[in-house]
Amino acid sequence: MSQHSMYKFRLYIADGVQNSAQAVSNLTALCQTHLPDRHEIEVVDVFREPKRALADRILMTPTLVKVEPSPVRRVIGTLSQTQPLMQALGLEPLAT
Amino acid sequence: MKTVRPLVELQAKAPTGITGLDEITGGGLPRGRTTLLVGGPGSGKTILALQFLVHGAEFCKEPGIFVAFEETSTRILANAASFGWKLAELQRKKLFLLDAQPTPDLVQSGNFDLSGMIAALDAQATEMKAQRIVFDALDIVLALLPDSGAKRREVYRLHEWLLARELTGLITAKAGGDETDAHGHQPFGFMQFMVDCSIVLNHSVVLGVSQRNLRVQKYRGSSFDENESPFLIGPNGLEVAVARTLGRVDANVTTERVSSGVKRLDTMLGGGYYRGASVLITGFPGTAKTTLSGAFAEASCRRGERTMFVSFDSDGTEVVRNLASVGIRLDRYVKNGCLRMISARTITGSAETYLVRIKALAKEHKARCLVIDPVSTLSKSGNELTAHSVAERLIDWSKAEGTTLVCTSLLDEMASQNEGGSPLQISTLADTWIHLNYLVQAGERNRGMSIIKSRGTAHSNQVRELILSDKGVTLADTYTAGGDVLMGTLRWEKESAERVATEVADVAGKLKRVRLDADEAELEVRVRSLQVELQAKQAEKALLVRTTESRKRELAGGRTRMQELRGADAANPGRR
Repeated sequence: MSQHSMYKFRLYIADGVQNSAQAVSNLTALCQTHLPDRHEIEVVDVFREPKRALADRILMTPTLVKVEPSPVRRVIGTLSQTQPLMQALGLEPLAT
Repeated sequence: MKTVRPLVELQAKAPTGITGLDEITGGGLPRGRTTLLVGGPGSGKTILALQFLVHGAEFCKEPGIFVAFEETSTRILANAASFGWKLAELQRKKLFLLDAQPTPDLVQSGNFDLSGMIAALDAQATEMKAQRIVFDALDIVLALLPDSGAKRREVYRLHEWLLARELTGLITAKAGGDETDAHGHQPFGFMQFMVDCSIVLNHSVVLGVSQRNLRVQKYRGSSFDENESPFLIGPNGLEVAVARTLGRVDANVTTERVSSGVKRLDTMLGGGYYRGASVLITGFPGTAKTTLSGAFAEASCRRGERTMFVSFDSDGTEVVRNLASVGIRLDRYVKNGCLRMISARTITGSAETYLVRIKALAKEHKARCLVIDPVSTLSKSGNELTAHSVAERLIDWSKAEGTTLVCTSLLDEMASQNEGGSPLQISTLADTWIHLNYLVQAGERNRGMSIIKSRGTAHSNQVRELILSDKGVTLADTYTAGGDVLMGTLRWEKESAERVATEVADVAGKLKRVRLDADEAELEVRVRSLQVELQAKQAEKALLVRTTESRKRELAGGRTRMQELRGADAANPGRR
């Protein structure tokens, strides 16, 4: 059923730091592969919006927050390891 | 020039407000630099760090940020309240608590860094003009990083930021809680090199007694006390015990004497103890150590000086009752508040705890005279190592305060009956050392007292007998007979024997005198009669001479007359 719902992501990054740049491209690639036309990505630069990062208790960058569908999940890192990421996001690995 | 230097020094340090720590570090943590605080679980890292922030916010106009990786801010607030720190009040403007505990369901996928936190903190620090920042349990977040390279990178990132912002940083980390430790690396080894100051907290349990120690491992650009200093977590936060360093201000030394409570002991000591001196009374159980110190307490109360009596052995009221039996009446002074009896039997813990408690209570009571009975309790099991330095500091402290301190020290019954050194070796530090001993003779145990040393006083070197009676404590001379010291009944016997001997000698003397008088009289009579006889003889002799002479004359006269009558011729030249 989750296959048909809309995914809302918020990605907190530190602009100019390598890990963050990787995360942006990894997330984009993942969404295009698994959730074509079913995703929304908001990128928050902690340098530009530090207060927001503080309020959301973002300590490590990059941090990916899956806002919808519930439950809200957080994943930190460059999102290069797909296995734990897919599990956390509730996505079934592609049938191979 | 001379006045500028200490000012600069002061500027470069951020005071922690922790008793003792500021003294060890010469003013506090390096300002604008980073300090690493390492310690095992429950060693007091968080409290130290929090106290540093609270002091800064409250007294130094330095707002601070607390980044809590381990405990939640609500728990920290609750803990702080128990120390009387009003975090909630400070929290509005001067103190910011950031909950930074990684959520347990945190999923990790690939590398990450701490840029987010630094960016967030940067904004917060700017807003509240923070000058101090604490990262509590940084090891927790570092443990999430995959390899030591990443850990190192993130710590450097943090450090760079701290230096750039000129924040006085304090990073705490668990000793032994680090993963690299398992691989044989020194925990946070690289951090030790990076930071400007490093403090190690140690919490160990020796024979069931908790001992806490603090040691400054390094401090760039500053001198510091390198030794381990015991500390404890008191009601107001951390208290680090620090022996005063060289070049300390000498205590006010007076020549004033205070009575020991025993008149003859005062005489033996040349007037009593010195004011502010530390007196050690050693002896085996039951040698009247408590009595002697009680006498001192009574004497000082009689002078109207506030006195505190700390008893580790028995209850305060028991001590008062027991001492009343030997004529030492303390109850009235307890009633009027002059004397404070402290029963410390229930306090358990490290020697340091005792010292801090005693100091606090003495200060509260404004005690000028202090009795600790017995001080050897400090070296009870588990405290052997620290007790000596605690006793040292006790003496040091009492001297600085000008408090006259009388300590008793229990000697081990199994130790030789000689005057052994006290277990704490404070005998070397004490100004006056009185030793009480039993002398077993003729089926009796008697108490002997001797002054082993008394600085600055010519004191008697003789062993005296200590006599306890319901009228009080007195000393008696002892008899030395054939190298033995006689006491108790033996002394009494000797005394009475001597009394009898004197009487006998007295009578004998009188008798002899009478006899001599008689002899003298007799001789005098004889002399007189002889004199009379002599006179008679002289008279007789004179008579004899006279008759002989007259006869001669008569004879001569008679011959001439015969010649004349015979008409003898002159040619005859005399008789042939």
